[in-house]
Amino acid sequence: MLCLGLLCLGMAVTSAHAEAVSGQDQAITLSLATEPPSLDSMQATDQIGSFLLSHLMEGLVQYDAEGNLAPGIALRWQVREDGATFWLRKDARWSDGEPVTAHNFVFAWRRAVNPQTASQYAFILFPIKNAEAINRGELPLSDLGVRAVGDYRLEVQFERSCPYFDKLTAFMTYYPARQDIVERWGRAFAADADKMVFNGPFTLAKWVHGAHLRLEKNTRYWNREAIRLQVIDFPYITSDTTAQYNLYKDNRIALAALDAGTLNDAVKRGYEARLFDFGTLYFLEFNQRSERATHNLALRRAIQAVLEPSLLVYKVLGLPGIKPAYSLFPSGMRAYGITFSEQYPPPAIDYNIEKAREYLRQARRELGEIEPLTLLVGDSPRAVNEAEYYQYVLKQALGLETRLDQQTFKQRIAKMRRGEFDIAAAGWGPDFDDPITFGDLFASWNDNNRGRFENRRYDSWVAKAQSSADQETRLQAFDRLQHIISEQVVIIPTYENVGMYVQHPQLQGVRRSLFGGDPNFRYAWVEP
Amino acid sequence: MQFHADDFNALPAAPVEQMEALAPAPPLWRVLLADVRAVVALVVVVLLVFSAFAGPFLWSQDPARQWLSQVSSGPTTARTVAVVEDNPQWQGALVQAGQLMSVSATTTSVKLAWPAVAGAAGYRVYRAEAGEGAGLGVPLAQIEHPWYDDRLQLRERAYRYTVVPEGENELSRRATITLTPALTIGRFEAQLLDLPVHNGEVVLPAHPLGTDSLGRDMLSRVIHGARTSMLVGLTAPLLFITLGAFYGAAAGLIGGWVDNTLMRIADFVVALPFLLFMILFRVAMGIESGESGLFPMVLAMVLLSWPGAARLVRGQVLQLRGSAFVLSARMAGASNLYLIRRHLLPNVLPLLLVSLSFAIPQAIFTEALLSFIGMGVVPPTPSWGSLCNEGIRSMLTHPHELIVPAVAISIAVLAFNVLGDALSDAMDVQIRRGAQ
Amino acid sequence: MIAYILKRLAYGAITIWFIATATFFSMHAVPGDPFNEAKAASPQLRQNLMARYGLDKPVTEQYLIYLRNMLRGDFGISFTQENRQVNDIIREHFPVSAILGVAALLIAATGGIIGGAVAAHWHNRSPDRAMMIAVVLAISVPSFVIAALAQMAIVRANDWLSFPLLPVAGWGGISHVWVPALVLGLGTMAYLARLMRSSMLAVMQSDYVLTARAKGLSDWQIFRKHQLRNAMLPVVTELGPTIAAITTGGFVVELIFAIPGLGRYFVQAIQQLDYTVIMGTTVFYGAFLVLMVVLIDIAYGLIDPRIRLHGDGR
Repeated sequence: MLCLGLLCLGMAVTSAHAEAVSGQDQAITLSLATEPPSLDSMQATDQIGSFLLSHLMEGLVQYDAEGNLAPGIALRWQVREDGATFWLRKDARWSDGEPVTAHNFVFAWRRAVNPQTASQYAFILFPIKNAEAINRGELPLSDLGVRAVGDYRLEVQFERSCPYFDKLTAFMTYYPARQDIVERWGRAFAADADKMVFNGPFTLAKWVHGAHLRLEKNTRYWNREAIRLQVIDFPYITSDTTAQYNLYKDNRIALAALDAGTLNDAVKRGYEARLFDFGTLYFLEFNQRSERATHNLALRRAIQAVLEPSLLVYKVLGLPGIKPAYSLFPSGMRAYGITFSEQYPPPAIDYNIEKAREYLRQARRELGEIEPLTLLVGDSPRAVNEAEYYQYVLKQALGLETRLDQQTFKQRIAKMRRGEFDIAAAGWGPDFDDPITFGDLFASWNDNNRGRFENRRYDSWVAKAQSSADQETRLQAFDRLQHIISEQVVIIPTYENVGMYVQHPQLQGVRRSLFGGDPNFRYAWVEP
Repeated sequence: MQFHADDFNALPAAPVEQMEALAPAPPLWRVLLADVRAVVALVVVVLLVFSAFAGPFLWSQDPARQWLSQVSSGPTTARTVAVVEDNPQWQGALVQAGQLMSVSATTTSVKLAWPAVAGAAGYRVYRAEAGEGAGLGVPLAQIEHPWYDDRLQLRERAYRYTVVPEGENELSRRATITLTPALTIGRFEAQLLDLPVHNGEVVLPAHPLGTDSLGRDMLSRVIHGARTSMLVGLTAPLLFITLGAFYGAAAGLIGGWVDNTLMRIADFVVALPFLLFMILFRVAMGIESGESGLFPMVLAMVLLSWPGAARLVRGQVLQLRGSAFVLSARMAGASNLYLIRRHLLPNVLPLLLVSLSFAIPQAIFTEALLSFIGMGVVPPTPSWGSLCNEGIRSMLTHPHELIVPAVAISIAVLAFNVLGDALSDAMDVQIRRGAQ
Repeated sequence: MIAYILKRLAYGAITIWFIATATFFSMHAVPGDPFNEAKAASPQLRQNLMARYGLDKPVTEQYLIYLRNMLRGDFGISFTQENRQVNDIIREHFPVSAILGVAALLIAATGGIIGGAVAAHWHNRSPDRAMMIAVVLAISVPSFVIAALAQMAIVRANDWLSFPLLPVAGWGGISHVWVPALVLGLGTMAYLARLMRSSMLAVMQSDYVLTARAKGLSDWQIFRKHQLRNAMLPVVTELGPTIAAITTGGFVVELIFAIPGLGRYFVQAIQQLDYTVIMGTTVFYGAFLVLMVVLIDIAYGLIDPRIRLHGDGR
């Protein structure tokens, strides 16, 4: 009896699942890797949250179907040396019919930097005047350098010059929010579908935790004519790529990521596998704290000279599309309409075991006996494979002993922050569309510079790239940065990650994007 | 049990041993040896333990050595192959097929070039294994220049490359070429492996069970994995059964409120959800760099598993304390130590042996399960569970990487289970005959 | 009888307290804290977060607060799933695990009892041998391997039929339940079959069955009235540990088949160091198991009059 009751309960919450795509209804079915930890745009930090929010919400600016910056809630804008002005469109509405006003942005940005919100992305608002001080609790919220002039004009004051501020406003932490809704639900805000409102092209029609999410077209969205999809359904939540792929094969979902295992099967079936460049850089970071052996430059150079990224990429990782990395800036990084790596090629490195041994002898003279190095890595299958490869190469080529320290993501970050490592495998994804998102990573003041690299020359070039509005000066500065990284062996770039996926042939217009949530279905449609 | 007054009279002064030899039971080992499956299982167990500890000397390949040019390969024999430059010049034997051409294709590098196509925004390069159907194959790259250097896990088999210029009429402008790279090894890798080079050639050893995703020899990995699995599978049960036995014996012998308290504690420990706490303890103890993670696992297993043996031994002690022959032995003036040696141990040991033989496969299972979900031993220490974990990712393409360790686990667990069955059956026989 | 039940319940409560305490202190021994994200947080922000979750107080005080909240049935707010109550997580995901567990248990018990009875009935003949081989195999192949193989088999079958006969993964319809439940229940089924077989064999040689046979009762009557019922008693006692094995063993199956059960949340929470979820789920599972064991003890006491119904029931 009890078990029958339970079965009925379980079945009642779910309905029959549709096919992957429906041309008639313009509906598609997808799977999610995990449930979003939060859909509170001012608190979300993760990739799934950013993906969903980019469909549910819209910032001042957005990316168009070609991936270019385009007007969003703001009709036009102006970025100056000391601030920026945004003129908002008057036809933008929330999903409950209220107009989207400049006050919504002021409220959201204040809430994002409010220390009580404890938003982990508060730093992305720090170009705004007083944002950092407010986040440290030193100034009141009302001192934030943003104010609404009437309902449809937003004035921003900068803490320091920020030539790329318009690009920042496409980021989710900059999305607007409704004070009445946030205050009504308090801590439960955005924890369920009925506890939030939307100003983007879709609304969240259903959120059954851990099981099912459903997006439906927002009929009050200002640009609704451009949106063709009516429904995006997520009845499956699984991080297992094999399971995802099997769902794709069964025609249950319209898009599935591929990994090494499923790629071959997809190829055998004649599916057209596609590549997508994540623009993410993976690297080995050295601990430069003075008590560590890796503080020694000769030792770092020895290691650099034996870790040829192409062997790792082509033999160990073995996934098509992944590129060996040689610079701090990913090879596809664009700036001012050019591909940075083509105009400013990465510094050349001589991979040579003999030379590496020479560096090592020098390091031994300077350091004495070298204790086994601690190699701090993640616990994902790929991270472990990678780590075992590094360990093997260092032992084989240099006779250097390493000890693997395999930690879950959070523990790894904690250990990096405390400096409990010699070499750490890390990665960095761009937050916005400007090389500085990588460039300032190893500035001495950056909290994410976990190896504590300190170099005056580096810092001054970062400062120059941050504040200058001149294109040539900035590009020059970025080039200097990538050379210092390589000469000082701050990091050893290893690879640039690429995603592989299969997509239903009837599904068209999906944009894979580095910024503003990926993949982007805003302008997608189903070919009948 | 009823006693007559006579029972309490002193017995004649005969040696105690003689008196007790009245109902001889056949020794356990003889019963066991009469059972075919027990013998087979015993042989398998002995072989497993032997190969786990002596195997590395018999098959001397280093389980950590990475044959990167042979990753995820099936069984291979020893081969002599040429050493080539990692970045060979564009020279050597030319292969041309229509628009596409290639020079000296090797498993280190396949260089492709084609005349630039007017109006193409770029090129997509695909690679398929010949005879794999009409699909384009694996997407290798999306490039703007009219040449490509493919180095992605090349094997000694026929490949069909397709270059698709992007833009109008993609279909009609596709060009394909089919070629088979020669097995070679790159200079950097040969240096890394420190292989002796003769006439520009080196010898690659045989891999009877193939290699894993890092090119490591599967046979030697399974042998070394057996070491880990056996180590956990044997030490943890031995430890917790010994601990439990002493604990239970103490509780049973002391009795009273001590017994009550001790057994209540055992009840609490039994109530802890086993796997959840295994994971919790393992996370709580933390694995520092360079540790294999074996110790926390064994410790957690011991902390959580001792109550079974404790209850068993306590039960036996209580039963024996009340039994007629112990009472009579006590009457005869036997000391406590004598009673333990003469009565308790012979009665308890076989029982413990049976629970040991069931605890061992359980422990092997637990180790495998935890390592499988990444909560067990830390790489590079191989264990059967972590081998399965690695294998399951390439299940569809290289099933041998999962099947080999899975079969190893299954055989080991099977052998111990069968042995346990046979043991308990043998004990039944012994008890029954002993009772007659 | 009532005294016995009360005593059992009291022990159950103490056991739950023990589980809660063990969980709390092992969690606090874990290195690292839950507020480490890829993008650095300022010390001030970490302070804010620690204060928000009460982690800035001394451990003993945290422990007391934790116990007090637990008594009220409040496990707190998840650290990583912003704004979600642990109670909500349990309420939403435990039913999923429970459905899976109950289905597995049903399959295991039915299969095990029938299998064991069949084996015993044809003792030492081919059905018995086949059954015992199947049992030994089911016990010896790791569940994660069986799960992976089952998934592969579904894929192959769906390919071959060229329409989806069974879903490969996920959760939703009744079709999602069978294969994972079978995989989950397989080990238990084998174990129960073996237990049932030996207990059946013992019963078949017992005096009362021999007497019944001498009385001239038919085989079926003997089977139904005497053998089955008596042979099942030891099987019923084993249900407690069996439920434990199935509920906690479920997370591997949940992971592989992508089922949103509590077990999967637990593994995820461990990886993210989500203190409250870990403590909540562990205590919840522990309490559930203790309750099950107590219920089964009581039920057993009711079924079998030979059990003495006072404190030392075991």
